[in-house]
Amino acid sequence: MSPDRPLTPQQLLDVYRRMVLIRRYEDHLYLLFLKGQVPGTLHQCQGQEAVAVGVCAVLRADDVIFSTHRPVGHLLAKGASLKGVSAEIWGKAAAGGKGGQMHLAAVEVGAMPSNAIVGANVPIAVGAALAFKLRREDRVAVSFFGDGAANIGALHEGINLAAVKDAPVVFVCENNLYAASTHIAQSLRVTDIADRAAAYGIPGQVVDGMDVLAVHQSALEAVERARSGGGPTLLEYKTYRFKGHSRGDAGNYRSKEEFERWRQRDPVDLFRRRLLDEYQQSERDLEAIERACQADIEEAVAFTVASPEPLAAECFRHVFAD
Amino acid sequence: MIRNIPDSPAEQSSATRRLSMTEALRDALRVAMRADPSVFLLGEDLGVPGGFGGGFTVTLGLSEEFGHERVMDTPISEIAIVGAAIGAAMMGMRPVAEMQYGDFVFCAMDQVVNQAAKMHYMSNGQVKVPLVLRLPVGASGRGAQHGQCTEAYFLHTPGLKVVCPSTPYDAKGLLLAAIRDDNPVVFLEHKLLYGAKGGRKEKTSLDPMGEVPAGDYEVPLGTVAVRRPGSHLTILANMLMTHRTLTAAERLAAEGIEAEVIDVRSLVPLDLETIRASVARTGRVLIVEEDNLSGGWGAEVAARLGETSFDDLDAPITRVAAPDTPLPCAAALESVYVPSVERITDTARRLVQE
Ligand SMILES: Cc1ncc(C[n+]2csc(CCOP(=O)(O)OP(=O)(O)O)c2C)c(N)n1
Ligand SMILES: [Mg+2]
Repeated sequence: MSPDRPLTPQQLLDVYRRMVLIRRYEDHLYLLFLKGQVPGTLHQCQGQEAVAVGVCAVLRADDVIFSTHRPVGHLLAKGASLKGVSAEIWGKAAAGGKGGQMHLAAVEVGAMPSNAIVGANVPIAVGAALAFKLRREDRVAVSFFGDGAANIGALHEGINLAAVKDAPVVFVCENNLYAASTHIAQSLRVTDIADRAAAYGIPGQVVDGMDVLAVHQSALEAVERARSGGGPTLLEYKTYRFKGHSRGDAGNYRSKEEFERWRQRDPVDLFRRRLLDEYQQSERDLEAIERACQADIEEAVAFTVASPEPLAAECFRHVFAD
Repeated sequence: MIRNIPDSPAEQSSATRRLSMTEALRDALRVAMRADPSVFLLGEDLGVPGGFGGGFTVTLGLSEEFGHERVMDTPISEIAIVGAAIGAAMMGMRPVAEMQYGDFVFCAMDQVVNQAAKMHYMSNGQVKVPLVLRLPVGASGRGAQHGQCTEAYFLHTPGLKVVCPSTPYDAKGLLLAAIRDDNPVVFLEHKLLYGAKGGRKEKTSLDPMGEVPAGDYEVPLGTVAVRRPGSHLTILANMLMTHRTLTAAERLAAEGIEAEVIDVRSLVPLDLETIRASVARTGRVLIVEEDNLSGGWGAEVAARLGETSFDDLDAPITRVAAPDTPLPCAAALESVYVPSVERITDTARRLVQE
């Protein structure tokens, strides 16, 4: 069953490039946020890059993802442009300015508008999958959500509907242990959210969310199952967010020890080491990737910051489709 | 229980302190919880050690005093939060439930509209649902799912009371009255009015501070407050719009236009009498709301005044409201959407000249 297909060297480097792109973009954003140069709210995903990249790496361009209030990683992993993402975060004319940081979209690469209502994207992703099934298309939908979202009613209704209809959807739970300040132990009596899969009658799997290759392998199986008519899967990735919940959150509800423990398992560092030790990649090539990402990011952000604000008339556009 | 219900802080015998809205709300919860063991709080991130004290720090420090049973942290489960508040209320408790942002109440709308609002009625009065549902509302740079003013949805639903303070004094007094009311009360709190002190500061916030009595007092539900007397026109507003309207009224006064500003701090019940009496004197009405124009509370008040005060009116009842669009995120657009002091001033001036 398990399609154990190792990644080619080119694919490995592309996975690394995407992880670096997300990490460096988020770090750059954070730096600018500290200088007071980022408007609106901010929910960052440093620490969770392996999930976004590992999952999206197995998706086709015509597969779709549905993201959350913490969308940057998912969007960039699916191939959204840095300028497009930046324009939405900075509320610039190029993006319209109507959505904001929690509402990133890059429909051209299959990243549907991300959702700021926790858990709301789950039934929507199921609907997308049902559309594919009704039209006999072999496309797959992915719903990303957090451990906190696991307790939203809409999530249960969505997963159950997907289960009984064999919808081609993959449910990706990023369990970073916290929903805002609330530790998972305060909101769940099970340790593994994936345990719930049994109750829906679908496969569930707990995976190390800091190991991008493990993420990739598990996602590959789930996506192939969905694509071939085998129905949905609930994947739970154990991960950690290195920054606060949202802008300005110092994270005082987490212990230093816990934080340091997870920091030791930084998914970008872990994969970098493996690329060098296990896959014989050269330090030089990795550095070149890192430099290129950094340059692209700085260019895209500088371009965005200097780009025009939306005009007042933009407020009134797109209320209805023409 | 003896309740001291002053009309103004000056009449309050006990000491007053200068508090922000956040502090005043926290104070109300503390007073209510000390006085009545049936009062408890439930919601997300309310009492987590090292945490946020709810969406906007209102409950900060309360779990230290009242413990984690009475300051009940819940999973992200809005349906369960409201539903459990209803069930507990039916059993004689007085729950105060918080939505982290008012927008999330839509997740729980069945519990609010089909359950809380109708339970007393359908049971022929056999059960009561004395709960308070706290909703932080108002645009604050977070976009369409984190800043709506949601009062119209509740105004339309018989069985719910709807209050919306704009000063720290009212915030405490109305919250205490809401907790002790035997009905479900939807309690709106504007994010830009919470204030910096003792709270998480919003970038464009107004931070109104006010004298707040230390003790127990109530501002009765179903009352409005005349914030400024005037003879040329009556301006009705609530929450943030009350403050913008008062600024507009100062500008108008410099031009010789005296606006009477009425803070509609309670939408249900609505004190139409006080509003009508004002309109009878001024003959002109401007309604200012942050919600979308169509079907807002302003539309309802305008219709009622049209029915009952037609002969007193010298000009059409006029509204300043957000346009009928979702709330846009970018600052450049949010400022177009939310009524500004300039828009209020200009519209008022035109109305008086009509
Ligand atoms: C329905 C709903 N309730 C509450 C919130 C406020 N909120 C935003 S993110 C969040 C925590 C979400 O936790 P989780 O699902 O674990 O995702 P994470 O933030 O950890 O990525 C909360 C409570 C919301 N956006 N929507
Ligand atoms: Mg989480």
